[in-house]
Amino acid sequence: MWLTRHIGPAGWTFLFVLAVVATAVPYANQLLPPDHPWHASSYVVGLLGKYLTFALLALSVDLIWGYCGILSLGHGAFFALGGYAMGMYLMRQIGDRGVYADPLLPDFMVFLNWQELPWYWYGFDSFLFAMLMVMLVPGLLAFLFGWFAFRSRVTGVYLSIITQAMTYALMLAFFRNDMGFGGNNGLTDFKDILGFDLQSDATRCALFVASAAALGLGFMLARAVTGSTFGKVLVAIRDAESRTRFLGYRVDHYKLAAFTLSAMMAGVAGALYVPQVGIINPGEFAPANSIEIVVWVAVGGRGTLIGAALGAVVVNYAKTVFTGTFPEYWLFFLGGLFVFVTLFMPRGILGVADDLRRRFRRPSAPSARPADQPAE
Amino acid sequence: MAYPPTTDAILYLDGVSVSFDGFKALNALSFLIDPGELRAIIGPNGAGKTTMMDVVTGKTRPDGGTVLFEGKVDLTRQDEAAIAGLGIGRKFQKPTVFEHHSVFDNLLLALKGNRSPYRTLFARLGRDDRGRIDEILGIIRLGHVREEPAGALSHGQKQWLEIGMLLAQDPKLLLVDEPAAGMTDAETAETATLLKEIAQSHSVVVVEHDMAFVRELGCRVTVLHEGSVLAEGSLDQVSADHRVIEVYLGR
Repeated sequence: MWLTRHIGPAGWTFLFVLAVVATAVPYANQLLPPDHPWHASSYVVGLLGKYLTFALLALSVDLIWGYCGILSLGHGAFFALGGYAMGMYLMRQIGDRGVYADPLLPDFMVFLNWQELPWYWYGFDSFLFAMLMVMLVPGLLAFLFGWFAFRSRVTGVYLSIITQAMTYALMLAFFRNDMGFGGNNGLTDFKDILGFDLQSDATRCALFVASAAALGLGFMLARAVTGSTFGKVLVAIRDAESRTRFLGYRVDHYKLAAFTLSAMMAGVAGALYVPQVGIINPGEFAPANSIEIVVWVAVGGRGTLIGAALGAVVVNYAKTVFTGTFPEYWLFFLGGLFVFVTLFMPRGILGVADDLRRRFRRPSAPSARPADQPAE
Repeated sequence: MAYPPTTDAILYLDGVSVSFDGFKALNALSFLIDPGELRAIIGPNGAGKTTMMDVVTGKTRPDGGTVLFEGKVDLTRQDEAAIAGLGIGRKFQKPTVFEHHSVFDNLLLALKGNRSPYRTLFARLGRDDRGRIDEILGIIRLGHVREEPAGALSHGQKQWLEIGMLLAQDPKLLLVDEPAAGMTDAETAETATLLKEIAQSHSVVVVEHDMAFVRELGCRVTVLHEGSVLAEGSLDQVSADHRVIEVYLGR
């Protein structure tokens, strides 16, 4: 099968661990009594579920950065757009249970004295439509953005800067009340999803399992793409773009396809994130968020997929611990971590693991792998 | 030129000029390559050899002039990928192989075939393709390192791999930029033999500095100087030309 052709032993191990986690965590929450030492509180389930969506987001960035050399510093925008699409569905689900009990309009529209639902909110009462938009909206934006950027051969640091500008511009736009997305406060006070109460532990567990499934599927898809000849062309573009062109490959088409796919994956991650944290606001578009994603990937190991997912979980766990104990030092730690990883572990956690394995297997065997390219 | 020129030549350049910031890299350059021909292009540094290749492969747009492929396609209107698709392959002066890919994958990427993203996403490597790659690995003598990353090859091996990639691409016209650069004498001689073999079924243009190598090729030679053709003929003829001697030895 196309989807499973290139997973490999490490990939199957990753999927197996993911499946175990996806079973164990809901089990520990639902079936173990609250006083059991292994009981997972609903806070823990939500937290781990959030990590899984970040892992999927990291995977999407690794797909283009690790394999195609496109350093997007604006991927948080696609994540946020997916999140907003989900948030709009969840807002419509509230119905007349809002503070103002308006049967049609969400609270913030009533507050702004709006009389009718803006046209772009139509359809979001349907779950299927909303899920379609979760992928289509980020995908379309990435397609248009990529169409212009890649055709004009914008690469390297210039591309990174315009992705950063894109997410910043979107943040400013979404802060505006008249955009119709709740302005500053964003979308929140969600009640239920597909009729299930979002506050209940069972729904949280279901969202957790859905996040794990999405991560697993995203991983399989990314492996299938990177393992195919298409993926080899991506790496060729990363390492020698103009050479690839002289071989007859349309580099812009390849970049565009990878970028669009990656944005859609990020959108799905955002859509799973929002019901688990209960809010989406313009802060998600903040440029710093997008930079943080790149740090996760670098920490885990660029161009390995598994490393990206691992890096997202490790760094976010560190963030949870740090912001709980020394909140004011977190950003220093994050910056220091990035510098440390770039200088001393250029291939991330997975690269270190790989080197250790090599050393134990064959002492003093020279590495056949050429020195890695520095991050662009 | 008011009417489209008709020519049997596989590559036809007429009055091609390129200037960079006022410097004329090519100055009304005109020459043609016949189908199946092996041609060496020599000239001192800055004579416009590499710029000529850039124009033919679509990397540089000329300011004026005509560049026709197979007498009908105007190459000045095509981009790199389209030109490669028409059947023009290029080997760079500095060997550029895909360092992280294995030798086998380098050849696989070069292999003639559909280049669309959709096709490469779902393609499976057929037996014919595998056979063809094995055949090329034999020709370029890299069968024993097929699974090694190309970045781990020696300089000479990279040059050969790149020639192998050209073979895999199977273009109608090959542009080869200084294939013998940085090679040992033995490797240089082998490379000349290989190119002569290739020239039996393809048109080949070789840009070279190394006169011994050009002599080994034993083909017609075009001498470029300051962006236009200074002399053309056999190596003995052009090296007897007093203008060529002047350009090479200084006045």
